[in-house]
Amino acid sequence: MGKVKKKVKLIKIDPDKCNGCRACELICSAFHATPKYSSNNPARARIRMIYEPLKDIYLPVYAGEYTAATCMGRNKYIIDGKEYGECAFCRASCPARDAFKEPDSGLPLKCDMCEDDPAQEVPLCVKWCITDALTYEEVEEEVEEDVALTEMEIGLKALVDKYGLDNMVDGIARLSQKG
Amino acid sequence: MRYAETGYNLEIDLSRGNIEKVETDPRLAELHLGGLGTNAKLLWDRVPPEVEPFSPDNLLIFAAGLLCGTPAPGANRTIVSTISPQTLYMAFSMMGGFFAPELKYAGYDKVIIRGKSPNLVYLWINNDKVEIRDASHLRGKGAVETAELIRQELQEPNAQVAAIGLAGENRVFMASIEHARSSASRLGIGAVMGDKGLKAVAVRGTRDINLARPADLINFCHDILRYIPERDSKPVPGVMPILAGLGSPKEMLIHDEQWHTENFMWGNARTRLKDYWTKDVEEKWKETQESVRTRLISCYNCPMKCGAIISVPGISTYMMKCFSKLTYTMGAYSDLDFGFRIAQRATEYGVDGFSTPQVMAFALELLEAGILTDADFPGMPADNEGRFYWLLDHIVRREGIGDILADGVYWAARKIGKGAEAYDHNTIKKHEQLPLKLSMLNPIYFLMWATGEKVNITQIEGNFPQAPFPTREEREEFVKDWIHVPHERMKEYFLNWELRGENAFPFYPPIDATCEIVDWQETMHYIDDALGLCAGLSSFPLKPPYHIHNLPTLIGAAAGIDLDKDELWKIAKRNRTMVRAVNVRRGLRRKDDCPPEDHWKKRFPELEAQLLDAYYTLKGFNRDGVPTKESLHDLSMDYISEEFERRGILNNGQSEEES
Ligand code: SF4
Ligand code: SF4
Ligand code: SF4
Repeated sequence: MGKVKKKVKLIKIDPDKCNGCRACELICSAFHATPKYSSNNPARARIRMIYEPLKDIYLPVYAGEYTAATCMGRNKYIIDGKEYGECAFCRASCPARDAFKEPDSGLPLKCDMCEDDPAQEVPLCVKWCITDALTYEEVEEEVEEDVALTEMEIGLKALVDKYGLDNMVDGIARLSQKG
Repeated sequence: MRYAETGYNLEIDLSRGNIEKVETDPRLAELHLGGLGTNAKLLWDRVPPEVEPFSPDNLLIFAAGLLCGTPAPGANRTIVSTISPQTLYMAFSMMGGFFAPELKYAGYDKVIIRGKSPNLVYLWINNDKVEIRDASHLRGKGAVETAELIRQELQEPNAQVAAIGLAGENRVFMASIEHARSSASRLGIGAVMGDKGLKAVAVRGTRDINLARPADLINFCHDILRYIPERDSKPVPGVMPILAGLGSPKEMLIHDEQWHTENFMWGNARTRLKDYWTKDVEEKWKETQESVRTRLISCYNCPMKCGAIISVPGISTYMMKCFSKLTYTMGAYSDLDFGFRIAQRATEYGVDGFSTPQVMAFALELLEAGILTDADFPGMPADNEGRFYWLLDHIVRREGIGDILADGVYWAARKIGKGAEAYDHNTIKKHEQLPLKLSMLNPIYFLMWATGEKVNITQIEGNFPQAPFPTREEREEFVKDWIHVPHERMKEYFLNWELRGENAFPFYPPIDATCEIVDWQETMHYIDDALGLCAGLSSFPLKPPYHIHNLPTLIGAAAGIDLDKDELWKIAKRNRTMVRAVNVRRGLRRKDDCPPEDHWKKRFPELEAQLLDAYYTLKGFNRDGVPTKESLHDLSMDYISEEFERRGILNNGQSEEES
């Protein structure tokens, strides 16, 4: 398998420069409204300001993947004498917290780097953070070429699509027990 | 569909424990925009002059401006209005922070509170779920502390809280309402909240705000976001540092306090220390500020960072903005370290940083003059700083002399008597003013101090430079990109303004020009206060991003209200007149439009009278300062002149004194 070059979008987050204005939340929610910008509501944003002013904690966090299960334990980070709950840094839309979920439906939210139509040159949250707590870069990275599916896998995938993965797994388990 | 506004108010009756969500008339936004404008209308409609500030019938209104919660940068003001226990007129303090947008997201434009709760309570607004909750466990707690405790108890780290401290609970006339990095401080609003038995309002909202013309609005906002750094990279030369750029005065950022410390008065607005700012002081103050300031922080959706987190070793962290860093320092003839320390306690107590140090300094002057004696200050420490802490503690608890002082300088002086009235030399309409005492009468500032209905100079001054620039070249340079002026004449007034000679104070600018300059600055503030825009991006600095020519576009795009510059101007005039009307009905007249006698050394009574006459004429008031029947008709507020006539304030359109 070969390596290929891929453009990777990168947002640098410098919490020291964050002033807690939440413009990033506001504009993200407006950009993802339908029709575009027709409404805004930070509770729908795919970036969240975790902030506790009296502890000087100002941490913009981006929404990542949805997870069905909460983590087994909880850790705490202490950085520069400030105590952060582990969840502070986590990007997951997770049952343990309200962040990164649509307020009414509870559906998970995920940052799409503003690639939504029309794709933005600079992510909106970065554009609205004119104090430069958020900055944007595009970098090239070498990545493994996507592995091409084998013929058998293509066949299996069709079966999965037809019967559902759970049924398939059960079926294979039964088959292997029969030997 | 309603745009920018939610179209709903929350009506709370604390006496009956009743909560109602009420739809508002969309026409009100067309007439008054929102915020201060519609607050004044509510007070006109529902709080007749017979209602005392501490009556259950007085309203306490928390309003989000029309644009709060929209993407317009800096649209985050909460306008808190009521009848002031100190001035007995309308009080409207504004606070920044995050409260107003959150209220909008919860689905409300205003929370209108009436009645009185028998027990201390707080209000919890979580979208449609609104509760009046017991706050007895929060009695006596600090304002900042209360906000934290409420967030923990509700398990809502994102709730925004506005709370009073001990001062509000004890109905101290200087009591503020504290919220995040901001506060609604002036005119005793916190005392009314305490009188209602309301410790705090907490709000969390997760609803959408709809915008009328989204694409236009976003393009407009992008222009504003481009302009802000551009403007900030070009500070206006020749003006003091805090006025050179944008934002509320950048007191948290800037170290150079030469202007304030040498031009403002120390003590009870008493002494000018002309050579105070030495190298030593500068270095020491710089070190103090850097050592306690943890981070510069902004209000909702604004990049300007006018506030700061302040952590003084050994005392709990708080947030500060603006000028309070100097008011205690200068009131006590002390230094910046003391200022930061006592401000922490004052913030937890929830008191106004302008009035409180002056009241304390006033008390010590009376002691020195023998009008008060040591017996009035039992147990007060001998050291200067210690005396201020002692006074602060006694004022917010209303203990002993503190009970009298808690009503502010004006009322305290009259209660104490024995000549104490003479020491009340810095109040207008019974309210403590910035400690400024100057030499030559400045006609622009004369009018603004005299007539500013918010009774605070910073709430009316702004877009026009405070002083002439020395040379014509500098003035020409300044007007080059001065697109903000309402008309080209304004540039001429500035270009011809000289430091000395014929075109200098007090007879320049000419009377009509002076009125126009005042009218422009005042109008911009009234627009901001209705829209909920921070003055720091609009009516306060020179050459701000928002101005009379682009605001109509913003209002149209966000709220769908289409108007031009003149129509917007007229709305501001309507709101200003409405505030006047509320106050006139409570007795305000020309005699009250009067700056302290010693505000300037050189006074010109005849000119001052002419200035007032001309200002009243421009505003559509009669010679006694009462809005005329014609002007009220022109502003579609005939209902006001009808009531004025019913009450004998106007007779056939004439005021009592003229007829
Ligand atoms: S826009 Fe920037 S400064 Fe403002 S909260 Fe977001 S990250 Fe912080
Ligand atoms: S990159 Fe775009 S989608 Fe992601 S948080 Fe920022 S504004 Fe939202
Ligand atoms: S200019 Fe300053 S005070 Fe005004 S909204 Fe921005 S940060 Fe707040």
